[in-house]
Amino acid sequence: MSRRTVELEVGGSREMGVDGSPVLSPIAPFDVPEPEIDTEHMLINIGPQHPATHGVLRLVCELDGETVKKVTPHIGYLHSSFEKLGEYRTWNQIVPLTDRMDYLAPLIYNCAYVMSVEKLMGIEVTERCKVARVICMELDRIFGHLLWLGTTAIDVGAFTPFLYAFQERERIYTLHESLTGARITTSATRVGGMMADLPEGWTDGVRDFANTFPDTLAEIDCLLTNNQIHIGRTQGIGAIGADDAINYGFTGPNLRASGIDYDVRKDQPYYDYETYDFEVPVGQYGDCYDRYLCRMEEMRQSVLLLHQALDRLPDGPMDVQDPSITLPSKTDCMSDMESMIHHFKLITDGIPAPEGDCYYPIEGSKGELGMYLVAEEGGTKPVRWRIRPPSFVNLSVIAKLAEGHLVSDLIMINASLDIVLGEIDR
Amino acid sequence: MTPDGKKTALDAVDEGPRPSEAPSASPAGSSGDHPAEHASVSALVERFGDAVLRHSVAAGDQHVVWIDASRNLEILGWLKDDPEHRYDMMSDVTAVDYGGGQTLEVVYQMFSLTHKRALRIRCELPLDALEIDSVVGLWNVANWLEREVYDMFGVTFRGHPDLRRILMPHDYAEGHPLRKDFPLRGRFSRAEQTRRALDQSIEHSYLPEEIALGREPQEVAPVVGTLDSDEGDEVS
Repeated sequence: MSRRTVELEVGGSREMGVDGSPVLSPIAPFDVPEPEIDTEHMLINIGPQHPATHGVLRLVCELDGETVKKVTPHIGYLHSSFEKLGEYRTWNQIVPLTDRMDYLAPLIYNCAYVMSVEKLMGIEVTERCKVARVICMELDRIFGHLLWLGTTAIDVGAFTPFLYAFQERERIYTLHESLTGARITTSATRVGGMMADLPEGWTDGVRDFANTFPDTLAEIDCLLTNNQIHIGRTQGIGAIGADDAINYGFTGPNLRASGIDYDVRKDQPYYDYETYDFEVPVGQYGDCYDRYLCRMEEMRQSVLLLHQALDRLPDGPMDVQDPSITLPSKTDCMSDMESMIHHFKLITDGIPAPEGDCYYPIEGSKGELGMYLVAEEGGTKPVRWRIRPPSFVNLSVIAKLAEGHLVSDLIMINASLDIVLGEIDR
Repeated sequence: MTPDGKKTALDAVDEGPRPSEAPSASPAGSSGDHPAEHASVSALVERFGDAVLRHSVAAGDQHVVWIDASRNLEILGWLKDDPEHRYDMMSDVTAVDYGGGQTLEVVYQMFSLTHKRALRIRCELPLDALEIDSVVGLWNVANWLEREVYDMFGVTFRGHPDLRRILMPHDYAEGHPLRKDFPLRGRFSRAEQTRRALDQSIEHSYLPEEIALGREPQEVAPVVGTLDSDEGDEVS
């Protein structure tokens, strides 16, 4: 590059130029080549205890100045060995382990697990249970996306959306609490049904949420979607093309932001999702901004789904009417001999499974959430319980996404992937 | 059962859950055709013959194919690239240990975005030769998934660019946790586990090549991260 020295008589005070020669103080930037200083690359450690890593994630970055040359993620700090623990528990005892993985959308995990067990055993749940689970899953999709929205906004310096988002999350927490008694560790599902039927008035609460939540979402949308700072921080950052996104295993909103309309709810539909009227938002450039837009639209679609599911929620039994799957009611258990024996057998032995394996993918809030189960004939515990964690796969791409960007963009990219470390480490 | 041969509700408990009358609502993994037929399975048998060991249908409509582990790269590569099949999405790579000295199985769960079809491929590996070709060259997603299988089961993936532990610490000395012969609480006593945790230095959790940044690699102490060599601490 040719050198053009800009000399301006302003202050008159002499300063040292790039090559050591004296120059006059400039007021406009020089058009000079990048100085070829022999710089060492620097090793910067982010995390594991760092607010911007969204959990106990450690990123070791090799930097050239402020440019990221290489990122090495280190995970496993939250490793709880859930898959191993599951091999020592009966099918229903595993349910409490599931919501501790993605504690930002626990009901989706509860549902995903029992759905795979039911698939393995060939159990068809009741219509009411199906719709109730759809309500739970869509509610928690919003729940998970809201946390992502709030924390990502903080990462680019916007604090207000965080408060708005958490205000709405609080309402879902309350709904969790009235449904299950717990705010995060819901454990709401059982093989063949739910922990209990929906409490009285709960659907009204969900309806109220679905009616009013879009207003708050629109307010957050106003604050971010056309916000110049937000756009500047996200557009063109961490972009990935469609072919790469598939090859690197992206799923969920991250994949759809790259222009692939793969949604498990549409492509391998479960629980009659094909009969619901909703659309799958698809991005174009696969950058942080498109991932943001996709998730925002997904929340709106989830609200539509909530309305439709609430409309079609039928009366009738919640649990499968089969004494070898569903526990008898407490009253029956105390008064009826047969029910007591059923109860005893189910609690002490568990539900026997047929031999075989089963992979059951559903659309989690972060991507394709698959549960892979292997059982032996009559086994009341899984031989192998494998979770295909969407965040784990999505995070593995960060090294490719962040290469060549600034450190501050690395934080944005990490936030835009929407990871939860409980699920990555399991 | 009652004396006259009628079943009571109590018998159901011993027999286990009834299979549902209605066909399962979810076509997860289904081919859309008759459950016994899957276009890729017949094509696999036709093309690779003996390398396709057996085929079964699991959980109603999920097709599982066992293939010769020594030809996994060839067969999976064909499934990915052949336009009739195009399994462009590798959903999951994992392994199953049945215990009792049985073969360990590596499981590939694939999905074709073009044809909306799922297929599960399984490879059996004898416990004394846990080695299989890596598929990272075909699907980059397999990078971390295979690392996890290596970490948890001790399967070596030939040709993997970065095969090291991922969830457990890289100097973890107790073995591979998801193997059936691994006790739930680990192989070492609690006291020993605590002692080892406290003995770790900060550099233990850095990779040698990370510490070597900007310096000649030979300056790095040769062993960082093995527990027997506390001399490895003098890295910085």
